[in-house]
Formats: sequence, C-alpha cells, structure tokens
Amino acid sequence: MSNDPIHQFHITKWIPIDLGGIDLSFTNSSAFMVATVGVASAFLYLTSSNRGLIPTRLQSISEMAYEFVASTLRESAGNAGMKFFPFVFSLFMFVLVANMLGMFPYFFTVTSQIIVTFALALLVIGTVLAYGFAKHGFKFLGVFIPSGVPAPLLLLVVPIEIISFLSRPISLSVRLFANMLAGHITLKVFAGFVASLSALGALGIGGAVLPLAMTVALTGLEFLVAFLQAYVFTVLTCMYLNDAVHPGGH
Amino acid sequence: MFVSSANAASTTETVAQTDTHGTPEPAVPGATPDAHAAETHTETGVPHQQGVFPPFDSSHFASQILWLAVTFAAFYLFLSRVVLPRIGGIIETRRDRIATDLDQAARMKQDSDDAFAAYEQELADAKKKAGGIAQTARDEAKAKADAEQADISAALEKKLSDAEASIAAIKDKAMKEVGTIAEDTASEIVKKILGGSIDKASISAAVKAVRG
Repeated sequence: MSNDPIHQFHITKWIPIDLGGIDLSFTNSSAFMVATVGVASAFLYLTSSNRGLIPTRLQSISEMAYEFVASTLRESAGNAGMKFFPFVFSLFMFVLVANMLGMFPYFFTVTSQIIVTFALALLVIGTVLAYGFAKHGFKFLGVFIPSGVPAPLLLLVVPIEIISFLSRPISLSVRLFANMLAGHITLKVFAGFVASLSALGALGIGGAVLPLAMTVALTGLEFLVAFLQAYVFTVLTCMYLNDAVHPGGH
Repeated sequence: MFVSSANAASTTETVAQTDTHGTPEPAVPGATPDAHAAETHTETGVPHQQGVFPPFDSSHFASQILWLAVTFAAFYLFLSRVVLPRIGGIIETRRDRIATDLDQAARMKQDSDDAFAAYEQELADAKKKAGGIAQTARDEAKAKADAEQADISAALEKKLSDAEASIAAIKDKAMKEVGTIAEDTASEIVKKILGGSIDKASISAAVKAVRG
C-alpha cells in the first residue's frame, strides 16, 4: 500500500453522516477544506491585525496577495468588475492554500478531487450567467456574437462560441484537477522507486540516488505548479467575469 | 476499517484498474464493499466501487459538494466582511497618507521658493537703495566741492584784481614821481654844469618834451 500512488486520493470517513440515504459524511477531504479555510483566514486575519502603516513582512504578503488579485481582476474586467473582488480573492486563496497544503506529506489535496474543482468552476460560470442575465438581460447573449464578423460567417462562429462557452467549466476544472493529480502521482511514483530500490541492497541504494534527485526536483516543480494553477484559475475566472460585465466586448 | 479493506484490495488494484480503464464506470452508490467481494467482482469484470479511481468515485460527491459549499461560503463571508475591508483600508490609508505627505512637501517647497524670492527681492531693493544713497552722497559732496571751488576762485579772482589795481595805482604814482625826480635831477645837473639856476617851468617843460 505504501507504494500505491493512488492511495493518497482515497477518501476516508471521519464522522459518518447519513441524511435520507445521501452520504454527507465529514471526510478527510472535508477536514482539509476546513483546514484550508482555517489556515488562509487565520493568516490573512492575523497578519493584518496590526494595521501597520509600514507593513511587517507577513502583512506585506497579505497585501501583495490583495493587490495581485486586485490588479489581475482590474486588468481583465475593468473597474466594473471590482464588485467581484471578494469572490475572486476567495477563489484564489482557497485554491492556492489547498494546493500548498497538498504539498505536505500525508496531507490530502482537496483540489485533486474533480468534483471539488468542477463545483468551483460551476460556481464561476454560474456567477457569470446569473450576473450577465441580471445585468444585461438578453443582450448578454451578445457574448456569443463576436464583433466585426460578417453575417454568413456568424452561422459558423456562433455555434463555436456556444460550444467554447459550455466547455469552459470543464476545461477550468479539469486543468486544475489534472495538474494536481498528475503531479502528486508522479511524485509518489518516484518516491516509491527510492523506497523499493533501497530495499535491494547496496547497489539498489546507489541506484536510488537518481529517483531521489528526481523527487527533489519534482517537489520544487510541484510548488510552482501549485501556485501557477491557482493563478491560472484566477485569471480565467477574471476573463469569464469580464464577459458578464462587458458582453460583446470582444 | 477502510485502510484494511483497501490493503486487502491492493493486490487486486491492478486488475481492477485494467478492467475499468478507459470507461467511466457508474459507481454503485451506497454499496460498502468488503475486500473479498471487491476481489470477486473485479475478477469477473463487474465494475465495483473499490476499483473506481478515487477522484471519480461518485459516492463521495454529495459530501464533497456539501462541505465545499459550507467551507467556501464561510471563507467568502469572512473575507468579504472582515479581512478584505481591513486590508483594503490599510492600503487606502497608506495611499492617502503618502498623497498628504506629498502635498505637504509640495506646499513646503512652494513656501521656501516664495521665501527665497522675497529674500532676493529684498536684497535687490537694498542694493538699489544703497546705490541711491551712495549716489546722493556723491552728488552732494560734488556740489559742495564745486561750490567751494567756485567761492575760492572768486575770492582769488578778487584778490588778483585788487592786486592789479594797487599795482596800477603804484605804477601811476611812481610814474608821476619819475617826472618830479627828473625835473629835480635836471635842475641839479643844470645848476652844477651851468652854475646858475633855471626857472622850474622851463625845466619841467623840457622833461615833458623828453618823456613825450
């Protein structure tokens, strides 16, 4: 079992809850969602509690995260998009902290569950649709009609736009999920090589140096991926929200 | 419980994987397999929950969604109500403070520029005034000197003319006396040479004739 790279994604029930036949148990996944929210909230709350005019190092990390997300959102969706700032910032922090927590050995990676990333992606697209229709009514459908395209071509372009719109939640969720899943499996496989080669004696221990070096390198890469995927998720969210704020603006 | 069953199933994991590979299997909801059941099922090729790749195991979907909704909603509320206004406030305060400080600095620079200009102006005025005073003093001194010079030259002029007048008077007198002396001398000479006296009138007529 120690060498099974899939084992880390297993869900175990900590507190079984059954509501009318639906399994709503508090699982290790739920625990790490709580941990993610707890760690992120505590960090942001405690580092900003001094309200220092001259920030401490930790306070400036919180401020950097704030301004980073704020500028990303402002660049893609303009000032009108800033009303979504708390939502986008929550998404970014949640995904980032969940990814980072997943880097700890024996920790569960919440974002390696397709249902979690898909739910987050649906939340984004749902927000885009709800706000778009509430704000612009049927004009929101203009998002499917690119400007400057001659009418005959629209017959071809509009279905493509619709398909691309519908595939957004899938690509958004699968990108994050697959990156986290594949990275963790690769890490586990190489780390498993180290263990199984070492068991073969002196020659095996010598040979285990290679996968060990690979594991170290992959760990660094995974930290990069953990940040990058949180950023990509945020940037795409901002671009989709831009459609809700300015339909037909592209 | 789960770990032990998973342990037992690990030997069949590869079989299950190859069996279920590539086809997303509908998981049997609510079924809690024990290891032996999993083994037999997978070996007969019947898809079973234990063989499902864990992230695709739909039996946990409801629980995951529920807890994600609960935790994310709490996170969103906490951030949007407490944390983000606070961090935004900190950044805003700092921006205001910097703007105020810059304004104040600009104002102070303006003040110092004004003071410098005023100083320059005063310095120029003072220089001008000093120049004026010096000029006046110079002019006054010059006028006084001129006046004194004029007085002195006038006095000298007068003295000169007085002196000339007195010289002329003395000369006239001397000239007058020259005639008398000549008459006296001539009468004496005549007396000595001729031994007789000649009347005065003829001698003075002779002197007059000689002097012309």
